[in-house]
Amino acid sequence: HLTVTGPVAILKADEVWGALRGLETFSQLVHEDDYGSFLINESEINDFPRFAHRGILLDTSRHYLPLKSILTNLDAMAFNKFNVLHWHIVDDQSFPYQSIYFPELSDKGAYSYNHIYTPTDVHLVIEYARLRGIRVIPEFDTPGHTQSWGKGQKNLLTPCYNGEQPTGSFGPVNPILNTTYDFMTRFFKEISSVFPDAYIHLGGDEVNFDCWKSNPEVKEFMKKQGFGTDYAKLESYYIQNILDIVSSYNKGYMVWQEVFDNNAKLKPDTVVQVWMENNYAHELSRVTGAGFTAILAAPWYLDYISYGQDWKKYYSVEPLNFPGSEKQKDLLIGGEACLWGEFVDATNLTPRLWPRASAVGERLWSSSNVTSLQDAYKRLTNHRCRMLRRGIAAEPVFVGYCAHEARG
Amino acid sequence: QLLVFVATPGCDGFPSLDSKESYKLSVSEGSLLLSADAVWGALRGLETFSQLVERDENGTYYINKTEIVDFPRFPHRGLLLDTSRHYLPLKAILETLDVMAYNKFNVFHWHIVDDPSFPYESLTFPELSKQVTHPSHHVAPSSGDVQTVIEYARLRGIRVIAEFDTPGHTLSWGPGAPGLLTPCYLGKYPSGSYGPINPILNSTYQFVTSFFQEISTVFPDFFLHLGGDEVDFTCWKSNPKIRAFMKEMGFGEDYKKLESFYIQRLLDIVSSLGKGYIVWQEVFDNRVKVRPDTVVHVWKEHSTPYMEEMANVTKAGYRALLSAPWYLNRISYGQDWMAAYQVEPLEFEGGPEQKDLVIGGEACMWGEYVDVTNLTPRLWPRAGAIAERLWSNVTVRDLQDAYVRLADFRCKLLRRGVQAQPLYVGYCENEFSG
Repeated sequence: HLTVTGPVAILKADEVWGALRGLETFSQLVHEDDYGSFLINESEINDFPRFAHRGILLDTSRHYLPLKSILTNLDAMAFNKFNVLHWHIVDDQSFPYQSIYFPELSDKGAYSYNHIYTPTDVHLVIEYARLRGIRVIPEFDTPGHTQSWGKGQKNLLTPCYNGEQPTGSFGPVNPILNTTYDFMTRFFKEISSVFPDAYIHLGGDEVNFDCWKSNPEVKEFMKKQGFGTDYAKLESYYIQNILDIVSSYNKGYMVWQEVFDNNAKLKPDTVVQVWMENNYAHELSRVTGAGFTAILAAPWYLDYISYGQDWKKYYSVEPLNFPGSEKQKDLLIGGEACLWGEFVDATNLTPRLWPRASAVGERLWSSSNVTSLQDAYKRLTNHRCRMLRRGIAAEPVFVGYCAHEARG
Repeated sequence: QLLVFVATPGCDGFPSLDSKESYKLSVSEGSLLLSADAVWGALRGLETFSQLVERDENGTYYINKTEIVDFPRFPHRGLLLDTSRHYLPLKAILETLDVMAYNKFNVFHWHIVDDPSFPYESLTFPELSKQVTHPSHHVAPSSGDVQTVIEYARLRGIRVIAEFDTPGHTLSWGPGAPGLLTPCYLGKYPSGSYGPINPILNSTYQFVTSFFQEISTVFPDFFLHLGGDEVDFTCWKSNPKIRAFMKEMGFGEDYKKLESFYIQRLLDIVSSLGKGYIVWQEVFDNRVKVRPDTVVHVWKEHSTPYMEEMANVTKAGYRALLSAPWYLNRISYGQDWMAAYQVEPLEFEGGPEQKDLVIGGEACMWGEYVDVTNLTPRLWPRAGAIAERLWSNVTVRDLQDAYVRLADFRCKLLRRGVQAQPLYVGYCENEFSG
């Protein structure tokens, strides 16, 4: 609650997190007149977010992101009232996370020793985010997207076969070995203590079954378990074990939608992240209909660049536009703008993310009736110039200029 | 030590379309020799030399034994920047010139003014920039910005071809030159808005003469780009005096004839100032009478398939520049450099003399969505694919090989302090730290 009158303005909040949001608003209300004086209009504001989970996904595996660029983006996130950094920290291409229990993972799996996040780096990100009211939810995506894990952890990944012979290449995490679960138990113990948030994202997307299907021991296991030829059951078997492990550390978990789609048994407080664009409203109905909390990413893949003012299509998404009851709609707790890293690193991250992500930020904070594109355009271009002034290299929305030009 | 031998002495001149850019580089034990007919070739050779030097794990610099005879396939290899839709600070232009030189680009096509703003500070008509453009966004010959760009470019063997696009794309000219633009009408009365340059007034041609007199002196290259694209006829059609003129001239309802009437007079004026000109393809498409040494700039991808347009332009005996498939401002998801790389400028029906009329092409970075915050990553390394297409032999087209070299080159650009974006997943030894 912000009251601006002379001589003193008052900002009241239930918790410090509200105070942070209010300070951000206050900072944006202050403007400069032609004579260089700073002014603020008399105002009375009662503000609160529409959705509780308003996130940005950054991918530091396809391309390493230097610490500075992560921190700069945390600043920009705070300017836009985003409150979750979904850190997709490792994947197929590289493993930059330096694990304390398993140092070989980054020794062998990172692009190079210079492309690593040490425990100190990780703590810095978490604290920097905390001071801005931003949660850091790490994602250690398994059993797919794990090629880089195999470099430092032998026998973790499934060896693929051509007939009787191993081909030398590897597939997803091997779900049939006890060693896999021993490793995951220890690994997630570390992750649970390093990352203080109540939630860990466990991934579970895009598992390619070809390698499992080729492996004779896996095929044997499928028979024993009575899974037939339904490898989705094997995937669920794996995931359930991981979920149980992570639960035992008193963490909640987020998963990509496939985990739900493939009928894994999930704890009731699982958060399902809907990312597949095709028919996502339908998916939201199904997820919330089954009683699970959902977050929406599908229409907000900001890495999918295109020519023109695409912020408008991000802004026009109405997350609750799906068939469902009031109760169901309450289960949609927010969404995330995702900037996957295949074509993104520190050279182009900031202009690609901002101000396009700002459109998502407003959609997730503001009331559902704040939808005028014309009005949003004016405020967005103004906000873009503001971000420039604050040292965020946000790209232009359209033709025009900022009074204070970006330093070249 | 690298010994550089240049046959034709002197480095005070300006590069031109006819400049010789060939060079020979000989590297062997005890002998490093770079020889070229002209200094421009030496510049290209030095760039190659700089890219051949590597560093090993111990930090020692080395270069492989090599024998290179090199020359460009096309003499006009350009990059277009648009400083009207968004102002670009001088530093950004100069940095772009540096990277152009690393890529052996040799023409900077400066689309300096357009509808949204007029940053060029004219000495003859200072009001032009004062009225519409933010004061800090002026590029002033008086304060030396333009001269700085021209000289910086020259030292890198890059020609600066200025484009003052008329009669369309001229809204920003209006406030500083009252009476220049056509007043649009709503029925019997002026609506308050303006259209293209008014082609029926003598004052227009007086202005054009004086203005281009200045431009011809300020910009030393033989060529000026005169634009001539996308002229919207709606405003002309609405203006009763113009309709009367059309009747008088017997143009009927064909406003292309009116456009041609203006363009022809503009071209004559510019010719008489001793300059050659480049025009966008509409000028050719609309059958304007142009000089035989006109260069036609092909930019439309689809209205006529651009390869057909290239054939038509060269068949009519004009020189052609290709830009249509190389609009780098049209971003899309993925490795779009590949499509740019695979363009073959001479892939059209025509004889060898026709194909000789294709003098090269230009990568265009229009400015609607681009300013200094995203210019460099959006330009590089994507423009490098086009640079190679324009310099290298027609047989150099293997995508896999190009990928490896372009990814390596991108890391080189990072080392040289250029904020070039990644091609695909991967890493460089030294990442951009921000």
